[in-house]
Amino acid sequence: MYIALAFVMMARAIAEAAVMRLQQALALDGGFLSEAHYAELFSTHGTIMIFFVAMPFVTGLINIVVPLQIGARDVSFPLLNSISLALTAVGAALMMVSLVIGDFSTGGWTGYPPYTGIVFSPGEGPDYWIWAITLSSVGTTLTGINFAVTIYKERAPGMSFMRMPMFTWTALCSAILMIFALPPITAACVMLALDRYLDFHFFTSDLGGNMMNFANLFWLFGHPEVYLLILPAFGVFSEVIATFSGKRLYGYASLVAATMCIAVLSFTVWVHHFFTMGGSPYLNAVFGAATMTIAIPTGVKIYDWMATMYRGRIRLTVPMVYALGFMMLFVIGGLTGIQLANPTISYQVHNTLFLVAHFHNMLVPGVLFGMLAGYTYWFPKVFGFRLEDRWGYVAAYGWILGFMLVFFPLYVVGLLGMTRRTYDYTTAAFQPWMIVSAVGAGVVLFAFAALVIQLVRSIQGRSALADTTGDPWDGRSLEWSIPSPPPAWNFAVLPEVKDRDDFTRQKEGGAAWNPAAQYDDVELPRNRAVGVIVFLTGTLLGFALVWHVWWMAAAMLAMIVALVIWIGFQGISTETVSAARVYSVDCDFLARKRAALGKSAASGVNTVDPVGRARA
Amino acid sequence: MTQDAPRHPGLNLGRHHPEAHAENEKLMFGFWVFLMSDLILFGIVFATYASLTNPMGQAGGPTPRDVFSLTSAAMQTAILLLSSFTFGLASLALKYRQPSLRAWLAVTLLLGLAFLGLELRDLVQMVADGAVPQRSGWLSAFWVLVPLHGLHVAAGCLWLAVMLVQVTLFGLTTQVSTRLARLSLFWHFLDVVWIGVFSVVYLGGLA
Repeated sequence: MYIALAFVMMARAIAEAAVMRLQQALALDGGFLSEAHYAELFSTHGTIMIFFVAMPFVTGLINIVVPLQIGARDVSFPLLNSISLALTAVGAALMMVSLVIGDFSTGGWTGYPPYTGIVFSPGEGPDYWIWAITLSSVGTTLTGINFAVTIYKERAPGMSFMRMPMFTWTALCSAILMIFALPPITAACVMLALDRYLDFHFFTSDLGGNMMNFANLFWLFGHPEVYLLILPAFGVFSEVIATFSGKRLYGYASLVAATMCIAVLSFTVWVHHFFTMGGSPYLNAVFGAATMTIAIPTGVKIYDWMATMYRGRIRLTVPMVYALGFMMLFVIGGLTGIQLANPTISYQVHNTLFLVAHFHNMLVPGVLFGMLAGYTYWFPKVFGFRLEDRWGYVAAYGWILGFMLVFFPLYVVGLLGMTRRTYDYTTAAFQPWMIVSAVGAGVVLFAFAALVIQLVRSIQGRSALADTTGDPWDGRSLEWSIPSPPPAWNFAVLPEVKDRDDFTRQKEGGAAWNPAAQYDDVELPRNRAVGVIVFLTGTLLGFALVWHVWWMAAAMLAMIVALVIWIGFQGISTETVSAARVYSVDCDFLARKRAALGKSAASGVNTVDPVGRARA
Repeated sequence: MTQDAPRHPGLNLGRHHPEAHAENEKLMFGFWVFLMSDLILFGIVFATYASLTNPMGQAGGPTPRDVFSLTSAAMQTAILLLSSFTFGLASLALKYRQPSLRAWLAVTLLLGLAFLGLELRDLVQMVADGAVPQRSGWLSAFWVLVPLHGLHVAAGCLWLAVMLVQVTLFGLTTQVSTRLARLSLFWHFLDVVWIGVFSVVYLGGLA
């Protein structure tokens, strides 16, 4: 659900990005867009990409994969999970409504006051921004709590912390960041709303307001946020690289330590987003140094992945293409990040396209490639068939090429002094670079189309791509030991974990796919409509607040309180799946698995050879 | 982890219900995590308040000395601390299954409402004195920090009222008991936050 939402929102945000690139390509002395329209485009593009593409994608992957990796039946709080999803969807719905009814903010995804204050932006735009983010941020905080409890409390017997798969580790760090980093943005948005609605003076330029407080609060959230997004991508790459190199992940302990270091350091660097605030040189030096420190654990990770690949039997599958593209491009982005961490350089290129190129260089090859790799990697686990390869390669190489064409020119024009968020310019020297960049945007659009084509063709050809074994890639962690798609109870019997790559251990020791000694009844949560109700009331609440429909806002708030109390009076509603049914489903799966293995032994050709491995 | 020892001794769920205890482990831990997140929210608002408590933030408007009454704040503090104590007695009654449970919960609820009443009186007085949030950045911060705590107390009171109904209707089932345990965490948490408010806002402001 989260990932479907992410894809829909991504389609809109990529289209916006392409329009912006086209505008700037033609914008020497004015392009085809008005200033306000252009400002709306970059504001919605940023807001959507961060909050309604990257966040739901990350959350969705964690939701699907983590319970399977730790040998759990579900997340700890399924009801809370559906409420979180509903709140995220509320934010996305408000973004979409703003397309049709009224205008969105023109204040960028960061929404800095006083520009977004009532004096300079009297319209409804910033209100859309405020409520879309506030409501979805509450959902994300709840998600973080849910994931953290799941990882701490639901691990299968024997799965100690140092046996957790790397993706689960990164998910844990992300969950911790969600818990600690989201409250600042909620608070900042509510304060901005009070400034706008009730004439408070938190961030106004008069009567004692301090607008830099907003920048501080925003980035106190914003910086951990980007690590919240990138860490699970690192987790995906760790899984993908280990699996497709056929080797145990190199330097596991150092990867865990590096992930934790990044999570902690992410709270110590926020001022580097506004070195030009005019704080003391001492302040800037401290935050500059802290920022550079982050390069150390990140570098450790890159070396660990390279060492994992070293002398491995590498299969160049689609997720692996993303991983390799990521490793090369991400290092370039990291190097420009080190440059920007130096306050003196930051002063020179502040708010130029150099910065835009830098953070896209982190977010596109980092987060987006990570999520696309994860999507390709775990797709068969969720749907029972693989994604088709040819269009997958086209999309992967398209993204890599398109990314380079779009953003490398921006480094150049940034150094030439072109500021970000400009809808036109008068320096002719910028234009050739802008044209290259626009061509790159075309390539990215094509890559996205390739993803859509890949999905359609995979669905059409799903019988040929079917994954009957549950283990299409020769995976190493527990999620590959169960059928694809997994039954509602995930594991017929909760596994006993003895090793870090426990499924590999089972396969090598011949312990994989043996029926369990005893099957028990399984209790499952019943589906409930609460999520849908929260979505509807939340969306109406946000809409009412944007348009100052007070009676509706009050009614919706009252309804939410009543809903909470009503849930409190319902018993915990579960249904029980009998041991016999669990047993029969498991036996079916194991029989299919044995048949597949037996067939390959008889024919002499290893037909269940995992995808991409050279056939001997 | 051994399943024999009850992990939440205060709840008295019974020695022979390891599953109930395992289930509650999640709920209690999750609630602690929620409180951590809530504490961050308060921390942010405290930091904002601190950064605006200076002549620039007060913008020539009223200062703490002009608008705060230490007597009233001290009374609120006493009432809230007392309510934490009575909730403690309720927790003991829950543990030993004493019939006084509902009485102590009701007393706690009344104390909570008394606290809210006093706070409301102070706020009304401040409006009458012209110390409204629209006057200065410092007052904006005050009007978010103190009412945010008040809103939490109000939510706690609502929750208490609901739990009184649930104790009456359902008795001390596992679900009701663990809810009471979480409510007690919430209530004591609000007490701790109030000590911060009292120290920073009132004592700090009047010192």
